Amino acid sequence: MAKIKYIEFNGKEHEIEVPNGMTVMEGAVHGNIPGIDADCGGGMSCATCHVYINDDEWFKKLPEKEMGEDDMLDQAYEPKSNSRLSCQLIVSDDLDGLTVHMPEKQV
Amino acid sequence: MIKTDVVIIGAGPTGLFCAHQLGIIGLKCEIVDNLDKIGGQCIELYPDKPIYDIPAVPKCTGEELTNNLIEQIKPFNFNFHLSDRVQELKNENDKWFVKTLNGKEFETPNVVIAGGVGSFEPRKFPTKSAEKYDGKSVLYSIKDKNIFKDKSVVIFGGGDSALDWAIELSNSSKVTLVHRRDEFRGAPASVQKVKELSDNKTIDLITKYSIKDVKGNGSLESVEIKSESGESKVIKADYVLGFFGLIMQLGPIAEWGLNLDKKTIPVNTENFETNKKGIFAIGDICTYPGKLKLILSGFHEGALAARGCFKYARPDEKYRFEFTTASSTIKDRLGVKE
Repeated sequence: MAKIKYIEFNGKEHEIEVPNGMTVMEGAVHGNIPGIDADCGGGMSCATCHVYINDDEWFKKLPEKEMGEDDMLDQAYEPKSNSRLSCQLIVSDDLDGLTVHMPEKQV
Repeated sequence: MIKTDVVIIGAGPTGLFCAHQLGIIGLKCEIVDNLDKIGGQCIELYPDKPIYDIPAVPKCTGEELTNNLIEQIKPFNFNFHLSDRVQELKNENDKWFVKTLNGKEFETPNVVIAGGVGSFEPRKFPTKSAEKYDGKSVLYSIKDKNIFKDKSVVIFGGGDSALDWAIELSNSSKVTLVHRRDEFRGAPASVQKVKELSDNKTIDLITKYSIKDVKGNGSLESVEIKSESGESKVIKADYVLGFFGLIMQLGPIAEWGLNLDKKTIPVNTENFETNKKGIFAIGDICTYPGKLKLILSGFHEGALAARGCFKYARPDEKYRFEFTTASSTIKDRLGVKE
């Protein structure tokens, strides 16, 4: 279980507990948090669950991107060097306290 | 006006297998898809990626799956209307009148929406100022490459489209290629070629920059790009090209009066009909308790929707369940000789 904070582009914060094994994307979708579309359902083939990890410490702590994630992020809306696809972030106790920021829009 | 039993929106695996089921029970259909090829997400997003969960097929790629489905519906000779999009649905006397973007019109008692997550559209620049030049000097696809001759062209993107066009247009235009990072996702040979062209100054390669603004006075004059740390550069540009892949947009489907749950259409699981009589939704675009976004679920949904269509297409006939192994009628439809 990990407490994850999702911050919408307009600044609205949502803090929820996400069970281990779910992805950060699934946490948002199941928790009805707006701002993450996840059109492809978590297959790393659409770039609509794009988030920013603004805290550099946290960005470094996350599991490294697998092959293909950066390619997909090229196709996201306003990708930056701290961008991640939230469907690739699997929740564990280690992610307790993570904050993700949503982009202005996904598509 | 084309009269048919069913119009299927979407030529992905779900739409194709639904067409097969319609053919098996003796109905005709017309299939419309906004891509220029058959296969939907399978062909557009992952043609080479293996799929491991098609029943009885341990492993196949998106392209193989598509080709097999095309083969499977060949006996029925259904028409495909590609690079076209259903724009309008109107109901008159229990018939649906369907209009496409390219002006095709259909009359049908049934419409099956197998639209995935909507239609594929190119991702556009996030900058508002680019909209003004959209389709004129800010382009997301190339129809006639001759318009770029002796012009300054700034290309954005790191995939095959961006690399291929940078290479191609560098023969007769002043090309600048801008990409948000140092790595490119295009084919290694193209990446190599672009690097060579950059080394010998044929093209200007700028990485770790993205678009900030486009500027012009009536016609496009320049494009401003920014790095993440805030530096910016202005590049002279007659044309700006963006190749950021495709995104899926629900598009006109949202305007047909169907109940929607986020971007999906609730259906009943008996025949996958929506809240509108004669309109069915199957595959990724439909939702119901327990819905799984798997290709195999789409196949099941298509089979049941096809039976639902039968009721409206043949109101005076009783649908009779038959196995393909045993039915001579089905074998005739498939053109199988025994």
